Amino acid sequence: MLNYTLRRLGSLIPVLFGMSLIVFFIIRAIPGDPARTILGEKASEAAVESLRADLGLNDPIVIQYFHYLGDLLTGDLGTSIRTSSEISGDIWPYLAATMELAFVAMLIAVFVGVNAGILSAWFQNSIFDYTAMIVALIGVSMPVFWLGLMEQWFFSLELNWLPSIGRESIRDPVEPITHLYLLDTLINGNLDQFFTVVKHLILPGVALGTIPMAIIARMTRSSMLEVMRSDYIRTARAKGQRMLLVVYKHSLKNAFIPVLTVIGLQTGLLLGGAILTETIFSWPGIGRYVYESIQYRDYPVIQSGILVIATIFVFVNLIVDLLYAAFDPRIKY
Amino acid sequence: MKQKKWLSWLLVPAACVVIAGCSSEEGSSEGEDETADSDTQDTLVFGRGADSTSLDPAKETDGETFYVTQQIYDTLIQYKPGTTELEPALAEEWDSNDDGTEFTLQLREDVTFQDGTEFNAKAVVANFERWMSSEDYVYYGSMFGGYGDEEDNIIENVEATGDFEVTFSLRQPSAPFLKNLAMSPFAIASPEAFDTLEEEPVGTGPFTLSDWRRDDSITLDKNEEYWDEGKPHLNTIIFQVIPDNSSRLTALQNGEIDLMDGVNPSDQSKIENDENLQTFMRPPLNVAYMPMNNETEPFDDPVVRKAVNHAIDKEALINGFYEGNAETAKNMLPPTVDGYNDEVQEYEFDPDQAKELLEEGGYEEGELTIDLWTMDNPRPYMPAPQKIAESIQSDLSDIGIDAEIQTLDWSTYLEKAQAGEMPSFLIGWIGDNGDADNFLYTLLSTGSGNNYAFYSNEEADELMAEAQAETDEGKRAELYKEVQEIIHEDAPTVPLVHYESIMAGSDTLDGYIPAPTGSERFTDVSFTE
Repeated sequence: MLNYTLRRLGSLIPVLFGMSLIVFFIIRAIPGDPARTILGEKASEAAVESLRADLGLNDPIVIQYFHYLGDLLTGDLGTSIRTSSEISGDIWPYLAATMELAFVAMLIAVFVGVNAGILSAWFQNSIFDYTAMIVALIGVSMPVFWLGLMEQWFFSLELNWLPSIGRESIRDPVEPITHLYLLDTLINGNLDQFFTVVKHLILPGVALGTIPMAIIARMTRSSMLEVMRSDYIRTARAKGQRMLLVVYKHSLKNAFIPVLTVIGLQTGLLLGGAILTETIFSWPGIGRYVYESIQYRDYPVIQSGILVIATIFVFVNLIVDLLYAAFDPRIKY
Repeated sequence: MKQKKWLSWLLVPAACVVIAGCSSEEGSSEGEDETADSDTQDTLVFGRGADSTSLDPAKETDGETFYVTQQIYDTLIQYKPGTTELEPALAEEWDSNDDGTEFTLQLREDVTFQDGTEFNAKAVVANFERWMSSEDYVYYGSMFGGYGDEEDNIIENVEATGDFEVTFSLRQPSAPFLKNLAMSPFAIASPEAFDTLEEEPVGTGPFTLSDWRRDDSITLDKNEEYWDEGKPHLNTIIFQVIPDNSSRLTALQNGEIDLMDGVNPSDQSKIENDENLQTFMRPPLNVAYMPMNNETEPFDDPVVRKAVNHAIDKEALINGFYEGNAETAKNMLPPTVDGYNDEVQEYEFDPDQAKELLEEGGYEEGELTIDLWTMDNPRPYMPAPQKIAESIQSDLSDIGIDAEIQTLDWSTYLEKAQAGEMPSFLIGWIGDNGDADNFLYTLLSTGSGNNYAFYSNEEADELMAEAQAETDEGKRAELYKEVQEIIHEDAPTVPLVHYESIMAGSDTLDGYIPAPTGSERFTDVSFTE
């Protein structure tokens, strides 16, 4: 298992190298000049030219790439062109915000999705099954920004139950320690704030979790149906075991592997793909960090931000693969 | 045994969701109480679309930066709220010699910087020396012409001629000089803090920085030592980033924020119908226009330029793309600026007259084909560049001019504009200092880098130079009025519109007056309940 883990970690190197290469050259293919973007339309051509030189943008592009790669190898993620501060120092609060949101979204998605999938398979062709699968179909095809705006309108504006934006009460901000606010409020022993943070997580969590939830539900259902038709399940039922146990113990265990794969992939996607949710709910996460940088042509932030997201993506999937063995003893690494 | 493992997978999230669900019920009532304090509210939350770049105004050019730095720093002279007229700030009074080449400012003697450093003439000189020192200080170069000892830098010398007296000697007369001093980038910072201003701003202003979370919020606290006694009224201002315009409005309606910019014009009536909200209009200090290259065919012929001026239906543009929040432009100068000539007769929208003009000029229908360039992304003054271009294209085709629309990304667009490679295109100008010079001289004097129309009229040039040296405001205004007559007659551009942006806020908000220059002080803002 250790061997496998190391091998997988080793495979990160070509992945990240490839990513860095693609990202580096693609973002430079977008029209637009960082120096001009920073200085604005009123700056003189001379000022723009001198900033370009300062930023090293006049070097041949290959040289620029090797500079960047060299910095990366020494663990230096670079300096933001927009804020001129170190990216490695800036990136954590954004990452923490996204991780917290993605965690809650996946919590909702897994809990609801898996159970809905199981029940649909159990009571196949029942009203519940049809309803759940239609809802799941709608969930998959629902545009996140529309769902988010509707949630805000209904739960914040009409019912006044939940706050519409942000991670915390704007007028009573959380004292950041780890930047994971659920944790920080508990460390500070401020339960009121903890519940406020939880409240702020619900609407964006649901908006972000809806698509994975629907995918997980459909995947669980089809995987369960397959397993429940197999011989050993028939045997278990024949010997008179209770249906609940047959479904949740015997069937789910075997049906869960593909579901786990989907959960892993979706978690990875949420980390990088939460831009829409983060924008609508004004969530200062990593998706928006990278997105804003694209607008400013802040090359170092785009490059390093995407690399960090890619690394996490690979890690999440590694963890999922290791979890296979925990679920299914037949799988050994 | 083993089933416990996977059961916990389901149970833990279940428990969490239940806890979350319960707490949300409990917590929501608290949430509402936050704003409904029995005392008068003294925290203002301002929702806006993006974060400040840094908090050193001298280095930045973006409005989001100035929104915040305007509260932390003071300028020597400031704009009266809602106008571009000047009033004293850190300088109590000022004087100039007759030809406008020497300005003397008397400074307030009771001011200290927020870090305890004394504010005096030396501090002012140090600030100017800093801005002149490098091209990092973009606005300095753009407003004062150049840096250091360069001939183009209109400030030849800044000198502390007393403890609280500063004298500026200029290389050439510049009446707009005083207006420049009121601009947000030329705010006076503590010389002790020059190296760290970007993250830790130190000025003399009504508020101090308390907390900055990038792309999230900036919190300012009241400066208890502020020199203007009894002010500010607010204790705290929070600048909250909410990127999406609709979400920002929901947050305002929900009481999570108190004031916002970037209102979708289509939401305006919704806000006006909400009794808890009010709208504010920012007076326009801008012009959207269509330069025509006066040096190349066919626009070297004034007849064609006039015909195009008659052909474009500006009202249709305003109703179609500005949702009514703009006024038609007949001058390149917006009406908020001193010297605006209201006597100028607008080229009316009249395709028939345009056609006649072309016929008289000897052009046959369909003979003229032009390229009409537009930018790829919206700008504040050009909310739908592609569609506006299409509308103009169809107006032009009605008078027999065949226009082909070309699109380019912004930075290449500017380069091409400066090089004169686009015969006609869409662009705009947002005023910097509220002076007529900043529009007319900058956009239409011979040789100016922003004279995209490559317009050149000796008489206009002379009048504008004369106005730069004229220190009597009334006489200056007359000169600019004359310049506008000349420009109108030559029609080097099509002035399209002056757009107004909408702000919205809670109806308990008092004393908030949007500034035409884009960033207002919150010194006089308070809440009525």
